[in-house]
Amino acid sequence: METKKAIISVKDLVKKYDDFVAVQGLSFEVYEHEIFGLLGPNGAGKTTTLEIIETLRDKTSGEIIVDGFSVDKQPQDIKQIIGVQLQAAGYYPNLNLIELIELFAGLYGANIKPMEMLEKVNLQDKAKAKYKALSGGQKQRFSIATTLINQPKIIFLDEPTTGLDPQARRNLWDLIIEIRNAGTTVVITTHYMDEAEQLCDRVAFVERGQIIALDTPDNLIDKLINSGFERKKEVKKANLEDVFINLTGQEWRE
Amino acid sequence: MKKYNNLTATLALAKASFRSIMRSPSAVVFTLAFPLIFILVFGFLGGGGTYIDVGVTPGSDVSNPVMGMLEKTGMIRLVKDKSKAEFDKLLEKGNVDAMIDVHKKVNSAAYSVNVVYTSASRDKGGILKSVLNNIFYDKTLKPTVAEIKESTVKGREYKTIDFILPGQLGFSLLSTGVFGTAFVFLSLRQTLVIKRFFATPVRRSSIVIGEGIARIGFALIGALFIILIGHFFFGFTLVHGALTVVNMLILATLGVIVFMGFGFIISGIAKNESMVPPISNIITLPQFLLSGTFFSIEAFPNWLQPISTALPLTYLNDAMRKVAFEGLGLWDVKFQIMILLLWGIGIYAVAVKVFKWE
Ligand SMILES: Nc1ncnc2c1ncn2[C@@H]1O[C@H](COP(=O)(O)OP(=O)(O)OP(=O)(O)O)[C@@H](O)[C@H]1O
Ligand SMILES: [Mg+2]
Repeated sequence: METKKAIISVKDLVKKYDDFVAVQGLSFEVYEHEIFGLLGPNGAGKTTTLEIIETLRDKTSGEIIVDGFSVDKQPQDIKQIIGVQLQAAGYYPNLNLIELIELFAGLYGANIKPMEMLEKVNLQDKAKAKYKALSGGQKQRFSIATTLINQPKIIFLDEPTTGLDPQARRNLWDLIIEIRNAGTTVVITTHYMDEAEQLCDRVAFVERGQIIALDTPDNLIDKLINSGFERKKEVKKANLEDVFINLTGQEWRE
Repeated sequence: MKKYNNLTATLALAKASFRSIMRSPSAVVFTLAFPLIFILVFGFLGGGGTYIDVGVTPGSDVSNPVMGMLEKTGMIRLVKDKSKAEFDKLLEKGNVDAMIDVHKKVNSAAYSVNVVYTSASRDKGGILKSVLNNIFYDKTLKPTVAEIKESTVKGREYKTIDFILPGQLGFSLLSTGVFGTAFVFLSLRQTLVIKRFFATPVRRSSIVIGEGIARIGFALIGALFIILIGHFFFGFTLVHGALTVVNMLILATLGVIVFMGFGFIISGIAKNESMVPPISNIITLPQFLLSGTFFSIEAFPNWLQPISTALPLTYLNDAMRKVAFEGLGLWDVKFQIMILLLWGIGIYAVAVKVFKWE
């Protein structure tokens, strides 16, 4: 735990859209092999921050190093070692999933078997389907499959579980943990605190472009309790989600 | 780290794009169905359906072998029993395609044939001319029997299909280049496909070249298809056979590359997909009408001629016709090629300025 190596380091990151300052001096590090969560309300600047690290947007100022590469000087090198799921993205029209994976394999210069990639996210039955014909959850899973094609060191997932049913969400957690256990660093954003608590080794709370807290979920909870916080109502041993899972089973839904 | 290969990425994109184009109904309709329908219509019109009305000059000899041969072709209808004034009017309007006057030569058994064409009906005049040529040079009529004298402009001796097909081919290349490119890049940008591409190490040039290869490949397959159907079903003339086809495909490649430039510009200035067709039509329609796609540009009024001679499709059509029908080589149409290249340079200079990636 003590001698963690930083694979991403962000220093004093500032991003202005014209006059509007979306990110105001963010600094944080992501350690190798951890699942790092960026949490915060809508418009806090999470997507902006991620996309700057992913070399997709220009920053106004600050310094970012990803696995030893600078976003300013070596964006091509960074692109080769990261996998990116965008909060909003589209895929080439008129192609089925296998063909899309083949396309990405070509774009990354990766030698992979498309079907195996689809199996990883349990989409082998949809191999011949078009992206447009997938359900929301299947689209998310497909997007995650495309992030794994180049066997990246780091993957970025921007709200991967938004819109998913509870099973799909849990199964995606398993998938993300699997990916991490295989040695990949994961940076994720989410609006679900239970998800962040379960999944993330460390989380950063971002508000109005600034980090207001950064620690392990446990430490953050303990700090709050130590400050005298108490929940208004004692929670029951189960919640409605447990009921849902219990009634509808654990499997992926089509 | 393994070295990144731009060629692999470019080819992967070309393959994906080609697959996508082949599955897109609008691309297939514009490139193939549309031109083929016109070729069918004009092909049949130009075939058995056409008659050439030839006026017999008052006072001409009517019972001679020349008239007999002409009537036998089944394509020529002789119009008799009208006054000179009436004929002049008909000629002017193109209702009569030519006039013929046959006289016995002085001091000889042979006949002298005088033909007057009208610029109001150049195509049919051209057909008549080739009919006459056939009759005279195939030795059906010996010089001792008759000799031919022709006047007015030299009409080209080609069939309707020889005129129509290159025009349709040019237009097919224009629509594929303009509409296809504009739609693809606009929609890739708007649906954030390009954004996702940018998260991979692919270069921008690979995206453009990959798309270009796919579109050129598709356009050439379409062109080959049109040429072969024209040749085998409608007798489209390919003077040097396969070599002519290759030359035409080289011209087609040049044409589609130039026209794709318009597509890049449109994808940059259009705010959404519904703006693509109107802007594209501004570019394609004038060329469709004024570049000699259907009518020879010589048939246009004088004030329109400068516009026609300014349009790039005019030169592509012209080069295609010269290569296909007159059997000229690419070097012989270097002027047309040069004008196309100049257009290309101008178009891409603008495209580089207005093209948007995001
Ligand atoms: N391209 C842009 N131009 C101008 N302003 C932008 C642009 N992109 C984002 N913003 C603004 O920057 C702020 C941060 O946006 P961002 O997308 O990073 O938020 P977020 O934390 O990802 O929010 P959400 O949870 O809703 O995804 C917002 O106020 C947004 O309106
Ligand atoms: Mg966001």
